[in-house]
Amino acid sequence: MRKVQTVVIGAGPAGLAASIEIAKAGGQVVLIDENSKPGGQLFKQIHKFFGSREHRAGIRGYDIGLQLLKETEDLGVEVMLDSPVYALYQDPEGVMVSYMNQGREKAILGEKVILCTGAAENALVFPGGTLPGVMGAGCAQTMINVNRVLPGQKIIMVGSGNVGLIVSYQLMQAGADVLALIEAAPSIGGYGVHAGKIRRAGTPILVGHTIKRVLGKTQVEAVEIVALDEKFQPIEGTEQILEADTVCIAVGLTPLTELAWLAGCQFTFIPVLGGHIPIHDDNMASTVPGLYVAGDIAGAEEASTAMEEGRLAGIAASEALGLYTDEQAEPLKEAVWNRMNTLRTGPFGQKRFDAKVQMLATAKGGK
Amino acid sequence: MRVVKHPILPDDTDCDITIYCDGKAIPAKRGEPIAAALLAAGIRVFRETAKKNFPRGIFCGIGRCTDCVMTVDGQPNVRTCVTLVRDGMQVETQKGLGRWAEEA
Repeated sequence: MRKVQTVVIGAGPAGLAASIEIAKAGGQVVLIDENSKPGGQLFKQIHKFFGSREHRAGIRGYDIGLQLLKETEDLGVEVMLDSPVYALYQDPEGVMVSYMNQGREKAILGEKVILCTGAAENALVFPGGTLPGVMGAGCAQTMINVNRVLPGQKIIMVGSGNVGLIVSYQLMQAGADVLALIEAAPSIGGYGVHAGKIRRAGTPILVGHTIKRVLGKTQVEAVEIVALDEKFQPIEGTEQILEADTVCIAVGLTPLTELAWLAGCQFTFIPVLGGHIPIHDDNMASTVPGLYVAGDIAGAEEASTAMEEGRLAGIAASEALGLYTDEQAEPLKEAVWNRMNTLRTGPFGQKRFDAKVQMLATAKGGK
Repeated sequence: MRVVKHPILPDDTDCDITIYCDGKAIPAKRGEPIAAALLAAGIRVFRETAKKNFPRGIFCGIGRCTDCVMTVDGQPNVRTCVTLVRDGMQVETQKGLGRWAEEA
């Protein structure tokens, strides 16, 4: 069995950034991903990112993806694709990673392992919710922006967070008709600038509304929506039937934590970050020796914060391997923390900032 | 339907291979997942559930939910959202849990 200094699991924004930092420190890194292409969900993000210049703001997601891929290539990071990881084991020498490759079971031991498995979209339960044509908003986004295929023509978007707003706009850019964006809460969840684009395009954003049911025999043919009162109860007589062929669900993300559970990580429950999160300290180290977490698995946020957490985990793992002295690592980590703290500001960022403060306190408390 | 013209992205490339869904020829592009080629051809029902024969199609698009599984080249339960097309590939609408080709 092969033994290496570091294994990074997941080649999305966090995993690519972590691998780059380890390679920059002179470390050996194997980056594993189950998909046929690296980049995670970056290549479907065709909008310009927010933040300041040092966060690569103003650059479209896929260009950031291309930059990261070029850096990993230039630095000689070994990328192993089509390799789903199915188990992690604690080991006296590090963490054992079991994965499949071309139908065979294989294992690689990393002295340090960084988990960057990301998150999955939440589902919503309603009658007709399993009909073909009901799908995650991120799924539709991949179809239009990466595969260049429209999943439907007449779309109802559910959820007005940034994913719902951005994907609605991108569906319009791809030529679909977004009939309405509905939101159960009394106000819009995402940034005003994104909501403004939807409204200017003529699509109504119906707050205080939810899906009552989806109608159709073998696929979505119509959607019945209903207004909600202040207690989120349907108001009788407010039902409307919209002739749609597609329903996109954008109601949050849940971190993909299966491997962290298998490895024996301790967890804490923080709803703002998406639910159960592996406890991690200010180095992104989990409670399992040698195992780090970064990106959405450590709390569902955005690609920009995922990249910074990946960098932090990469620098910290390099330091733990002795590739950096503490004096070398400290300023690097501090720079990452400063950038992350600016990303976690504003009405939406502040909640995530507070949640991460709570996380660090939990990690310090040892539980 | 394919998105050929786009306000931000370059023009889409043409289909360069063919796959077969229940025997019907479907144009496809090298490097795309099976589900994309099927949706482009207007096919949305990928399988039927085992007990009630309910139709199912793509849902999560990242290989997690397994709602989009089909029988591909005789192998059942293949996740079509993360499995890439290959020229001449035979894709079948899956009934229930599916069957291996040699058992059929």
